[in-house]
Amino acid sequence: MLGAGAAAGALAGLSPQRAAAVLKLDVTQGNVQPVPIAIPDFVGVGLQDPAGARNVSLIIASNLRRSGLFAPIDPAAYIEKISTIDTLPRFPDWRQINAQALVTGRITQSDGRLKAEFRLWDVFAGQQLRGEQYNTTADNWRRIAHIISDAIYERITGEKGYFDSRVVFVDESGPKERRIKRLALMDQDGANVRYLTRGDDLVLTPRFSSAADTITYMSYSQGDPKVYLMNIETGQREIVSNFPGMSFSPRFSPDGQRVIFSLQRGGNSNLFVMDLRSKATTRLTDTQVIDTAPSYSPDGTRISFESDRGGKQQIYIMAANGGEAQRISFGEGAYSTPVWSPRGDYIAFTKQTESKFAIGIMRADGSGERILTEGYHNEGPTWSPNGRVIMFFRDPGGDGGPMLYTVDVTGRNEQILKTPSYASDPAWSPLLQ
Amino acid sequence: MTNVVMRVVRATKFAGVLALALAAAACANRPYDPQAGGSAPPGSQQDFVVNVGDRVFFESDSSELTSQSIATLEKQAQWLQIYNQYTFTIEGHADERGTREYNIALGARRAQTVRDYLASRGVQPQRMRTISYGKERPVAVCNDISCWSQNRRAVTVLSTSS
Repeated sequence: MLGAGAAAGALAGLSPQRAAAVLKLDVTQGNVQPVPIAIPDFVGVGLQDPAGARNVSLIIASNLRRSGLFAPIDPAAYIEKISTIDTLPRFPDWRQINAQALVTGRITQSDGRLKAEFRLWDVFAGQQLRGEQYNTTADNWRRIAHIISDAIYERITGEKGYFDSRVVFVDESGPKERRIKRLALMDQDGANVRYLTRGDDLVLTPRFSSAADTITYMSYSQGDPKVYLMNIETGQREIVSNFPGMSFSPRFSPDGQRVIFSLQRGGNSNLFVMDLRSKATTRLTDTQVIDTAPSYSPDGTRISFESDRGGKQQIYIMAANGGEAQRISFGEGAYSTPVWSPRGDYIAFTKQTESKFAIGIMRADGSGERILTEGYHNEGPTWSPNGRVIMFFRDPGGDGGPMLYTVDVTGRNEQILKTPSYASDPAWSPLLQ
Repeated sequence: MTNVVMRVVRATKFAGVLALALAAAACANRPYDPQAGGSAPPGSQQDFVVNVGDRVFFESDSSELTSQSIATLEKQAQWLQIYNQYTFTIEGHADERGTREYNIALGARRAQTVRDYLASRGVQPQRMRTISYGKERPVAVCNDISCWSQNRRAVTVLSTSS
């Protein structure tokens, strides 16, 4: 982790005066023109791996390209070769290749420590927009690239980034009738895949806590399927609800202190919440139907969930302590798996009409419904930490298996996220600390 | 090459399931008859699967019993009372056309419907356990209705210990 041993500081600006027009991308516009950005290889000093500095630049370029908001320029076009970050770049050289932004950086290794410095330049204004330096251990070089990506994204879009984050998901292998499912963890760009379970037990729907070090999930490991907790650093597991009946569809409260889930008794499934410290469990709904897929609002005061109390599954909202629920989905078809955006502005959902499964968003009052992608068979949305990107899985059905995809909240920039095998049930972590 | 082999294996399996379903349909209206013949020893698991029918099927997004399902469950109840040494698990399943969470709940609802029916026909509740697999364990794998209808099922699985 970066936490303990890391230090960040600002690099002094090199540009002598401030220019008037500063590069800024307005991402609230519908159709965003990606910012042309040049990211020449970082300068390496004393690196054990000579490719190390270059790899940092490549990861930054890859992150920014995937966001759809930046267009990294082919390095073959570069005129100036950056060999130091202590002098001003030759701005005319960068203007000539139409770069609006330029990132220069240096990675210095001494013993097991890395110092990473970068400067973000507004090419047309000829000024430094941001300069930072970070100190960390050598094995954190990928995180350094993600943190710098976030700093660039934040400075140019005015929104928080999401690159220094992880995704927990279900890795799938084997034939469909006997699918082997393992909990797995990776960086948001698909790197550093690590398996958290061995595939002996069926595991489903992992979700992150706000601390990003703990997940909750459903497992068939013994007797009735139950909701569990796992610390992803230590691997330690613990059962959440040990009541008779199956517990499923868990999710943390925003403060990480409670887990909300469905508990099945007989043919009915109702919502319950457990306080993780006191272990006190409270019933939130009491119906003869299926209430499931609960998700908290980011301020923790409300819960969205799906219920078939009116016939088909629809999305409802109620107070975090239960009580009257208000239906918010009224379109044609069935609505399920509501997930509140970390910004609080939208709720993402899965919508089923005939045999089509769409991923969409709507406001918490049910207005502003927008379908982001549809087809057979999309499911299980999860939000990037900044509420800008939605990840989901798509299963073509038949012999094949599901894969992970991302799409912007505008419905643009749909992209596959490559995984070692089939993958489903993604859940995005908060930004790492 | 592997793909072709896999497909053949699956097709065979699928045919087996279909044959079973048809067999169940053919004798659905006759009561269980231990003298009906076949190679399965009366009271064996094979007897239960072949001569009684271990599974019932559901309509899309429904947990209501069809008349054919009721006929099968009548025979299950009869058989389970004769061979009362068995405990068993009712597995509820859903087809793939639903979300993961909802299908887990739907499978549980289907299993419970079967349990309630068997209990109403005199099978002791303490012999029965239910579990839902949602859409996690299909028996037929394809992208159309012929498979989906096979997968929307509740299967009565006898415990092997008896």
